[in-house]
Amino acid sequence: MSRPVRFNITPIEANISDAVSVAEAPDGYAGEGFFTTKLSDVVGLARKNSLWPLPFATSCCGIEFMATMASHYDLARFGAERVGFSPRQCDLLMVMGTISKKMGPVLRQVYLQMAEPRWVISVGACACSGGIFDTYSVLQGIDQVIPVDVYVPGCPPRPEAILDGFMKVQELVGQESIRRRNSDQYKALMNSYGIE
Amino acid sequence: MALTNEHVQQRLSEKFGTIVSNFEEPYGMLSFEVEKDQNLKVLQFLHDEADLGFQFLTDLCAVNYPDQVGRELAVVYHLHSLKDNLRIRFKVFAPVAQPDVFTATKLYSAANWMERETYDFFGVNFVGHPNLKRILNVDEMDYFPLRKEFPLEDQTRIDKDDQMFGRG
Amino acid sequence: MTEHHQHHIKLPEGSIEKQTTTLNMGPTHPATHGVFQNIMELDGERIVSAEQTVGYIHRAFEKLAERRPLNQVTPITDRLNYCSSPINNMGWHLTCEKLLGVQTPKRVDYLRIIIMELARIADHLICNSIMGVDTGAYTGFMYIMQYRELIYEIYEEVCGSRLTTNIGRIGGFERDFSNTAFTKLEKFLKEYPAALRELENLFTRNRIFMDRTIGAGPISAERALNYGFTGPNLRAAGVDYDVRVHTPYSSYEDFDFKVPVGTTGDSYDRFLVRNGEMWESLSIINQAYQKVQGFKGTDADVYHADVPEYYLPKKEDVYTKMEALIWHFKIVMGEVEMPKGEVYSAVEGGNGELGFYLISDGGRTPFRLHFRRPSFIYYQAYSELVVGGMLSDAIVVMSSLNLIAGELDA
Repeated sequence: MSRPVRFNITPIEANISDAVSVAEAPDGYAGEGFFTTKLSDVVGLARKNSLWPLPFATSCCGIEFMATMASHYDLARFGAERVGFSPRQCDLLMVMGTISKKMGPVLRQVYLQMAEPRWVISVGACACSGGIFDTYSVLQGIDQVIPVDVYVPGCPPRPEAILDGFMKVQELVGQESIRRRNSDQYKALMNSYGIE
Repeated sequence: MALTNEHVQQRLSEKFGTIVSNFEEPYGMLSFEVEKDQNLKVLQFLHDEADLGFQFLTDLCAVNYPDQVGRELAVVYHLHSLKDNLRIRFKVFAPVAQPDVFTATKLYSAANWMERETYDFFGVNFVGHPNLKRILNVDEMDYFPLRKEFPLEDQTRIDKDDQMFGRG
Repeated sequence: MTEHHQHHIKLPEGSIEKQTTTLNMGPTHPATHGVFQNIMELDGERIVSAEQTVGYIHRAFEKLAERRPLNQVTPITDRLNYCSSPINNMGWHLTCEKLLGVQTPKRVDYLRIIIMELARIADHLICNSIMGVDTGAYTGFMYIMQYRELIYEIYEEVCGSRLTTNIGRIGGFERDFSNTAFTKLEKFLKEYPAALRELENLFTRNRIFMDRTIGAGPISAERALNYGFTGPNLRAAGVDYDVRVHTPYSSYEDFDFKVPVGTTGDSYDRFLVRNGEMWESLSIINQAYQKVQGFKGTDADVYHADVPEYYLPKKEDVYTKMEALIWHFKIVMGEVEMPKGEVYSAVEGGNGELGFYLISDGGRTPFRLHFRRPSFIYYQAYSELVVGGMLSDAIVVMSSLNLIAGELDA
């Protein structure tokens, strides 16, 4: 029994007012020629709209990431235009795919090479918890070796889900306090992973 | 004249006598057993003879039969004759106490990594292999995981509860 | 000018101080499509030796399969060559059907062929466009991924998933193709040839692409056969071995298609062979679609074989009829009689002959399942292909071989 066709058979004409969105200014006090707000808000706004991801794509979720980067689902409109493969230059480590025990030390080394502030998004069931591979050779979740900020479930997650996870990272980045990386709680988290 | 299973079986029996045995044809593919130390001779014969021409090694793997004492590890070769479009399979049995099998790397370069994988999973020692180390598992692993006695899951994991999966 | 030469260390010819650099093209590298490592010794830009390490994504599929009944193994076959998962699924179903002695009706075979050839197009599209990316041409990739989305939509209509499809069942499909699926297929068949022609125009006679790829990593037919190459890499070397022609499965013998073959086996030939195969796949899909539309009456509704022992009955029957309830219980609990035996069955995957060696001892799960993975077998030849060439050629050779990490390590 066929259901009515809803998408992509007859494409909708694009409207310019759907294409342009305006970012909201943070709360603050404005006057003639000046605007005061919290430093963390401004820094957060700048950082979250220009995150540079490092795609650590190992398996099938990597192909869905390629689809997310492509023109249909376009990650670039969120500011992640420049994907880099050098940890020294990137903010966001996107781990996509199964991480085996052989790969664990490599992942940890890449994480350690990233400069603060750094965030980690774990895309896919295998990176979150080992996924369907409950075997002797697969690391049951990357949070065994590195701290993770956002988990995106799915096998593989749809590009919309990856975008949703990315937007959650953007929320975290935008609201992060300036003092977070020096706080005791953060230091305790790093110590629990054995990271100085 | 097309190559048939009977012709291959006849040539092998004439040349090797009792060294090849146990001829069967499950699902149409000729399948036989060769004595452990004669595997290279049989491979060379099947490769060189003009009317046989099995010059493509499709696959090399092993099977662990824990119930057959003295013959626990079987190394299985799948060969393919591309000219005549015929596939055959033969097995070589080795005891788990001393699983030494001669390597086929000099004849088929494809056997190099296939034998390393077989060593990695089952512990079959290929005598004469240029680089017999583990290939897929971590180098420090000290057991051979695909043998039937070892479990699938990593026993040291703490986040998954075996009781809930019915494996308690 | 003499000051310049004082800083330049000139080693005498044949001296033992002449050293090579060790370069670790490590598991994480933008050019490697997946995680494998190459440790190379470089003399300037020339590669003196290369050693490969794999296993960074070893997920123990073969051991995992010993735990799962036959229809639960399909999701793990998806993850072998994940760019063309339907071909892996169909290969596994064909192996099971060979073991169990199930005969599929013609309509099922033709529908399977449509899905498999779509998967082949998806796989070759990734390989060819990423070859462009690795030589610096990002445009081709960006434009052609749009058409891969159309293929994903067709999969979604049939099985619900985009990438790791778990499509089909033993004996056929889980549901009939809806009208939407056929409408989307027609849209794809109408729009895609123009896009493929555009991709060809970008690369095939492009001076820069030809200079980068011609002569990069050639292999002779004898060495390729000795290394166990199959698929487009072997056909680029001149041997026309295609499993669809040699041992036709799923009614491929009813179709009329050519097998493109190259000459030197270098990266340019591999690109052209994959391109040619995409055109042939398009022609096969068109023929299959005509044949499917030619079925009339009750034949046009058939989407699975009549095997109640292995194929779940319809839910309406399960709730109303007794036999259907019993079969449903037996199949789900794995209490169905499995024959003992061993079978080897192969399909032509995106990379070559994907083989399944299944040994069943009558229990509910396979006794041993071994995957003959083409990427694993031809990656051994990589050092022979790149030694003597330059580092940039090594990158192009790697992407032209279409190495999929999931299939390499299994």
